[in-house]
Parts: sequence; C-alpha cells; structure tokens
Amino acid sequence: MKYLCLVYLSPQEWSSAPDEACMACGNELRASGHFITGQPLHPVDTATTVRVRNGRVSVTDGPFAETKEQLAGFYLIDARDLNEAIQLASKIPPAQFGSIEVRPTRELQVSPQHAAAAAAP
Amino acid sequence: MPSPDIARVSAQIDQIYRNDSRRIFATLIRLLGDFERAEEALHDAFRAAMEKWPSEGLPQNPVAWLVSAGRFKSIDKQRREQRFEHLEDRPDVAEALADQAPALDEKEELEDDRLRLVFTCCHPALAPDAQVALTLREVCGLATEEIAAAFLTPAPTIAQRIVRAKAKIRDANIPYQVPSRDELPERLESVLRVVYLVFNEGYSASSGDSAMRADLSGEAIRLGRLIVELIAEPESQGLLALMLLHESRRESRATPDGELILLDEQDRSRWNRALITEGAALVRTAIESQRLGPYTIQAAIAAVHAESPTAADTDWAEIVGLYDLLLRITPSPIVALNRTVALTMRDGPEAGLAALDALLGEGELDGYQLAHAARADFCRRLGRHAEAREAYQRALRLTSQIPARRFLEKRLAALPE
Repeated sequence: MKYLCLVYLSPQEWSSAPDEACMACGNELRASGHFITGQPLHPVDTATTVRVRNGRVSVTDGPFAETKEQLAGFYLIDARDLNEAIQLASKIPPAQFGSIEVRPTRELQVSPQHAAAAAAP
Repeated sequence: MPSPDIARVSAQIDQIYRNDSRRIFATLIRLLGDFERAEEALHDAFRAAMEKWPSEGLPQNPVAWLVSAGRFKSIDKQRREQRFEHLEDRPDVAEALADQAPALDEKEELEDDRLRLVFTCCHPALAPDAQVALTLREVCGLATEEIAAAFLTPAPTIAQRIVRAKAKIRDANIPYQVPSRDELPERLESVLRVVYLVFNEGYSASSGDSAMRADLSGEAIRLGRLIVELIAEPESQGLLALMLLHESRRESRATPDGELILLDEQDRSRWNRALITEGAALVRTAIESQRLGPYTIQAAIAAVHAESPTAADTDWAEIVGLYDLLLRITPSPIVALNRTVALTMRDGPEAGLAALDALLGEGELDGYQLAHAARADFCRRLGRHAEAREAYQRALRLTSQIPARRFLEKRLAALPE
C-alpha cells in the first residue's frame, strides 16, 4: 500500500534538516524497497494556486505565507500497513523539527471499460 | 443421533453468544479483514447455529464451528457479490477455503485475536475519544446507546466517532496485530490509558446511573485481566491491581443516598477482601520486576490503604515515599497535591499546608477544586477557621458535582463560628 508522507516545517526550521541527511534517508528507503518517489519543495511564497471556476482558469499568488508549518516536501512510500508507514516516516529527518503527515493514497475508482477507453489512442 | 430439546439448545446458544461472541467476532475480523463483514458473519454464524444445532446437536467445539461458519458464509457472500458462481457448485473451491481455515481448537488463539482487536481500537492514529468508543463497542460489545449514556454524549456523536474510526482503520490500513516488541511499550501505554479511562468513567461518582457505571468498571477489569494474561508487563499488572483495589471499595465510598465517605471514615469491613488479596499480589509481582511505572506505584499506594486494618494504622511514611517516587516518574501538580495530603498525615497539617501553599504558589492548581478543599481541611485541623472557611467557599465555587458540593457544604457548616 502506498502512503504519501508530507513533510511540514515552520519557516524558522525550513533548513534545519540538511540535504545530505534527507538524501541518506531516501537512499535507505530505496535500499529497503519502500521508496517510490520524493522531492523537497521551495518555500510556500513561491507557490501559485490554480482554480477553475465556471470554465475560467484563475491563478493567484500564494497561498499566503503564514507562520504555521508549511509543506516542505514529500515522500511517496510503499508500506505494508500504517504501522510500517509510521515507523518509516519517523526516520525522515525533518520529523525532528517539523511534522510528517502520513496519508494513505487511493486508486481512482473508474470502471474497467472507462479506463480502457481513456487509455485508447 | 439423539434429538436434543430445542429450548435447551437455544439456551446453550444464548450462553455461547454471551460468553464468546466478542472473541468470535475478533477472530472473524482477522480472517475477513473488515469490521462490517465480521459483524455480518457473526450474525450469520449464530443464525446457522439456530437452524442446525437443534436437530444435529451441538458440535464438539461450538466456538470453532461458529468461526468457520461465519467465515464460510462471508466468503460465499463476497463471491456471489462479485457474480462468481455459487460456491456450492464448486466443491473444489469450497474445500480449498475450508482447508485454509486455521486450527481454532486452542483458546489461546481466540484470545490473541481479542488482544489484536484491542490494539487496533486503541491505535494512537485514532482520536482518543474514538479509541474509547471503539473499544467499548467492538471489544466489549456495548451498544452505541449504552456508551452514549455512560459518557453523557449524544448517541449520534458516538456513532459518528465509531464510523469515522472504522473508516480510518480501513482506508489507512491500520493493521490488526499486537505490536512488535520495540513498539510494545508505547502502544501498550495507549491501551492501558483507554482501559483506565473506561474504569474511571465507571468508578467516578460524577455522572450517569450507578448500574451502568459498575458495568463499565467491570468491562475495564475484564480487559485488564485479558491484557495481563497475554502481556505480562509490570504496568499491565499494575493497572489491573489499581482497578481491583479501587473496585474493592466501591460499596463503601458513599452512603445509600449518595453522600461521599472519605477513605478514613469508610467501613473497612465492607471492603471486598478477595479483590484486595488479588490486587495486592499483583502489585508485589509488578514491583519485583524492578521496572516501576505510574500504574504500579499508584496501585502500591492503594494497596497500603487496602491492607491497613484501620485508618489510624496507615503507614503514611510508606505512602509519602511512594508519592515521591511517582512524582519523579510523572511530575504533575495533581500528584504533588496528593503527596501533601499524605505529608499532613505523616508530619502534621503544618508541614502539609506549607507544601500545599508552595504548590498553589506555582499557580497551576488555582482552578482545581480539590486543592482548595485540601487547603480548607489542613487549615481546619490547625484551627485556622477563617482561612478554612474561605478555602471551602473557593472549592465550592469550582465544583458543580452534587456529591462533592454536599460534602463541602457539610464541612463548611461544621466549622465553628
């Protein structure tokens, strides 16, 4: 089962976990077969929000930076169950400075016919 | 085959339902991997028993029979839902499924399943409120309405908590297992916390009707026993001991019309000796482990009280020592407050008052009724009546619980002018 581990950090702690530590963590997860993908993010003030309302695309700056913890990166991992996911998430270096939100992923619920039609050239 | 009397068989089925249905349910959850399916399978299994047993007689191992029947019916149903052919038309499949059924002759395995269920229901990824509701519903088999009544919470709120927790267990894949050795201490803590909360809700004189409260405490003690049987950790023994020792005083804690009776004024001949003996023995076992936790120390304090023949014989030096230990492990203003009461008994009210005033000076206990009630009592013993009166009044302003109010009012009225 796949879990998305969302890394949250406050602006003050943004760089507390060195990249080398995060790289080592990713390598360990890869070696144990749990790593699917992962990526650190630029701070939230570089973010752009896209919405579509009534067929119109609206683009805004932000979300506005708040002092609260912000999304700093993510790991998509493969774990047996939530216990294993929690155990793996606890090894992610920023867990010591911010928090890791562990979210189960789900598959899109589409009928096989629909999936086949969508995949057709 | 003898044709057993139908009434007798259905009485036996009733009894199996009462004694074993939660264990069967726990095993079905493991086998089927889903709460709802297991619930349905449990009912199907008992329905099948009602149909077959009166003519065929009880199977040799009714519990194993019910587990297999529930499992088979559920798998059959799932196949049908998936529009596969009927299992009866595929003897090879039916046989293969039957072969996969684990050996269920051993009681141990069923009990392990109940414990797995406890750990799932008390998983720290679930909200604390939900842990309690789910444990009472799924492990103890209480109805949602009963849980709602015990916690003075509307039934729909409880139902919603349970539904949400079950959805999270399913969607986030919270496993159905006893945690591994390195996770155990932390996870056990959360299980013990839920059990103690259930017990206290049943023991506290604050709310709900008294029969329901005794039931809750009874459920907590049953869970405590189950945990001790399967995980002989000192703290599980400590918690069970603590609950048994409290429970031993249930009948003597209040007058028939609900007035509180303090420990030193209770009729000790009404304390339940069997519970005290069992609790005290558990405390000793837990202490011998040399790994003392907060439940064990609290149980040790309760045991000192339980084993002293009169209030005057209480070994207060021992109790102060135990509070010192408890404070070191779990520093808390409430524990410190309780220590000042023991200190008063050992060294006199002057020493107790000095310690209490130092504690009150830290500010955390300002809004705590019992701190002011204790201060009132220390002052009363010292003959400082004006201060005692003021403290009783302050305590009264901080409590809305009727029995506690009545107690404080009585003490206040008894102060000399």
